[in-house]
Amino acid sequence: MATENVALAAGAEGGTLVTPDTQQQTSQVNVVNDFSIQIATVNGSGSQSANSVLLKSIFRMGVPVSGKNLFPSNIAGLPTWYTIRASKDGYVARKKEIDILIAMNPETAKEDMHSLPSGAAAIYEESADLRQFRDDVACYPVPFDKLTAAVCPEAKLRKLVKNMIYVGVAAQILKMDMTAVEAALRKQFARKVKAADLNWAAVQAGYDYASTTFTKNDPFVLEAMNSTEGKIIIDGNAAAALGCIFAGCTVAMWYPITPSSSLVENFIDLAKRYRIEEDGKATFAVVQAEDELAAIGAVLGAGWAGARAMTATSGPGISLMAEFTGLGYYAELPGVIFDVQRTGPSTGMPTRNQQCDLLSVAFLSHGDTKHVMLIPGSVKECYEMAMAAFDLAEQLQTPVFVMSDLDLGMNNWMSEPFTYPDKPLNRGKVLSAEDLTRLGGFARYKDVDGDGIGYRTLPGTDHPLAAYFTRGTGHNEKAQYSERPDDYYNNMERLSKKFETARSLVPRPEVVQTGKSKIGLIAFGTSDFATLECRDQLNKEYGLDTDYLRLRAYPFSREVHEFVASHERVYVIEQNRDAQMLSLLKLDLQAEEIVKLRSIRHFNGLPIDARSVTDDLVTQEGI
Amino acid sequence: MATTPVTSTPIDAPKPAAKTNRIGLQVLDYRGGKTTLCAGCGHNAISERIIDAFYEMGVQPERVMKLSGIGCSSKSPAYFMSRSHSFNSVHGRMPSVATGALLANRTMKALGVSGDGDTASIGIGQFIHLMRRNIPIIYIIEDNGVYGLTKGQFSATADIGSKLKTGVVNDLPPIDTCALAIQLGATFVGRSFSGDKKQLLAMLKAAIAHNGTVVLDVISPCVTFNDHEGSTKSYKYMQEHEEAISEVGFVPHFQEIDVEYDPGTTINVEMHDGSHLRLRKLHEDFDPTDRVAAVSALMTAHSQEEVLTGIFYVDTKKPSFTEMLNLVDEPLGTLPDERVRPSRAVLDDVMHRLM
Repeated sequence: MATENVALAAGAEGGTLVTPDTQQQTSQVNVVNDFSIQIATVNGSGSQSANSVLLKSIFRMGVPVSGKNLFPSNIAGLPTWYTIRASKDGYVARKKEIDILIAMNPETAKEDMHSLPSGAAAIYEESADLRQFRDDVACYPVPFDKLTAAVCPEAKLRKLVKNMIYVGVAAQILKMDMTAVEAALRKQFARKVKAADLNWAAVQAGYDYASTTFTKNDPFVLEAMNSTEGKIIIDGNAAAALGCIFAGCTVAMWYPITPSSSLVENFIDLAKRYRIEEDGKATFAVVQAEDELAAIGAVLGAGWAGARAMTATSGPGISLMAEFTGLGYYAELPGVIFDVQRTGPSTGMPTRNQQCDLLSVAFLSHGDTKHVMLIPGSVKECYEMAMAAFDLAEQLQTPVFVMSDLDLGMNNWMSEPFTYPDKPLNRGKVLSAEDLTRLGGFARYKDVDGDGIGYRTLPGTDHPLAAYFTRGTGHNEKAQYSERPDDYYNNMERLSKKFETARSLVPRPEVVQTGKSKIGLIAFGTSDFATLECRDQLNKEYGLDTDYLRLRAYPFSREVHEFVASHERVYVIEQNRDAQMLSLLKLDLQAEEIVKLRSIRHFNGLPIDARSVTDDLVTQEGI
Repeated sequence: MATTPVTSTPIDAPKPAAKTNRIGLQVLDYRGGKTTLCAGCGHNAISERIIDAFYEMGVQPERVMKLSGIGCSSKSPAYFMSRSHSFNSVHGRMPSVATGALLANRTMKALGVSGDGDTASIGIGQFIHLMRRNIPIIYIIEDNGVYGLTKGQFSATADIGSKLKTGVVNDLPPIDTCALAIQLGATFVGRSFSGDKKQLLAMLKAAIAHNGTVVLDVISPCVTFNDHEGSTKSYKYMQEHEEAISEVGFVPHFQEIDVEYDPGTTINVEMHDGSHLRLRKLHEDFDPTDRVAAVSALMTAHSQEEVLTGIFYVDTKKPSFTEMLNLVDEPLGTLPDERVRPSRAVLDDVMHRLM
């Protein structure tokens, strides 16, 4: 895949100067509700509120919008970018090209400017004089400090308020509905009226300056639509946390790691609000662990003792959880692990996006192990799959992983409102004292129902026959110590059968198939957004129709096999270097199907974009 | 003090029948499977004392969960109290499993069995955080200074200068798990010897009465790898070097207190459940509420090549971790749906605020 033509791809492109366009741009046709804005700032400069107000103002105008924070592993000082995409067609993947730059970081301003395509627009600090670098870009220089000082007498607040000036400038240039902007801003500062007034004054100052100073010289405008009516905006981690709350999760043990921390932090906030009883006592326990080993240990201990327990982590944490996960598989303990994926090691690019833990999670640990993974492809699915994960973990008596990623977890997304669960919690096969009296005992690891799943009891069950001894594989059906070959073999075969049962219980893939196309696309998680847009690009630009299957879980269900079988070529689109999902598919498919698989991979740390996928596919197709 | 080493006491040896405890159970109801440890292993004697202590205290076995890590010690929960759920977990990580299990069901009595390798080497991190949190568990370290299952390598509690059968001399100082426990927040800390029936039983019963982290380091000789001349964890060495800081007496809450004690020589500690711990001073400055004195006594004993035993430190006031979390009274794990899943109105409210 191609290197990104943006400054944040570590300047790989350097100065790819586009030939200046000599035509007057004022004569251009307006580009309505279809562009991207990139705000280049310094980490820790407090631009988050301003960016959020800008995003939510567009949302309030009824225009489909998405936002992505592309940030460094740093508390303050390093460059950071926030991109907002408005798309009348509802595309929410990252747009590769930047249409409007708001250059607030002098360190990267020149490079940011060079990364723009011809015909873009740039708002920047007047003194930076970015016009010298590009005469094919519409330039809007703004004296930020002067405008800020005029509305904000208190010097120490100016750094923050300054960001609101660009909101006003952008709003004026993009012809935004100012009532929507004010409403978004006042909601943002709902609890702080003084701050709201101050920030609103800054927005107005920016707006007034732009309207008296600039003649619009770019084509980008926003017009009200009604495509966001009744929708919500939420990030995937908050959505997953909400799912945990409604799944009745009672125990969470975690060790902070970007980009998963906010999942548990959201859970804590929600639980404090909604899971405290009238007498002030909590129906949940959250413990910050000493490390990920302890976090997963506690989750499995809690699962063993009957609780719905979860932890949230990312790649390095997954590595540390490997040993316990194996025991969880063999001892058959329920537990939910959210893996909010990011690029590799902590000293790598820990704040950048990837779908790169698939292989390691699928077989995490020692011996013959394989694990259930649920793969949400939207914030709504983060919520729904969180709930499904707890049901599946208890039904299957095994650790279940929810494979989110940084892009989904930490960025804001539009969504239909979430729906209330229509089924009671599925607590799986648990025997009570009354059951034991009726049955006259039980064998913990016996396959009574032919689905590979035994019955269990919980500590504290008041019956002399309730207890059993929990250990790894060295046991027979009655959970007695055994190293007999037949006991080990039978137990392992039963575990395999259980995994086959999982195949029919996990969320089914989503399939869009006309029956006419020879080309199938397979994607999952956050690769979905770019894939959807790519399909439209292929159709519009190349007249190429494609079918599409979005994976939602591992192990793969029957539909996946059928989809591959019914196409000549199947492109597996994913965000990692080693084609991890394709590798998993290879293990599952027959030889004659495997040869149909082709790979499209995106792995530079930035969220995948449609153009890169389309270009790659077209090249491979030889079009 | 005089004790005879326990050489071979089969765990399932028959006891006089029909005798029952205060909840009507026989000692048989507290037994487990047949031990697979070596004959004469100190761990077997500890298992016997655990059976006696829970039987005598009249604890319902179904209300107990046994947790262990990996090693000879950690296998032993299979050899006592079969009517209690048990979890043989991961090397050195039993504390986290126990923490999770107690969060799920705070009404259970947790008994953790670990070894010196499991605790002081691979598991030191989790051991420390268990104590720091004051997790309500009886954590027994069956301490023999060597790794048994991997055939006799030194562990981190082996004394400096102690010698392996092969002649290898340990040249690193030991970790004193009791001193560590006192410093890090455990609220009941003692050391005993598997061969000292009376002291160990009294300490275990007091441990059952305690609410918070109990750390009992029990020197438990490994007859196969560490019971020879030159070892500092052998039966012989313990007989010659054990020095009790106090004589441990225990009056359970369900027994009438009919024994007078002399406050000048004996310290009385009222336990969480109303039991009374009676500690007769054998050392002049002994004060089980003084952390600094306790650590100092331990350090002094090391320098004098004594193995100090007894209860070193007790704090009955500090809230346990599950109390600090202000949880509902019932086990979290089995709360009904309606108490753990908020209403439809709650979801509507959350959705509305996100619009």
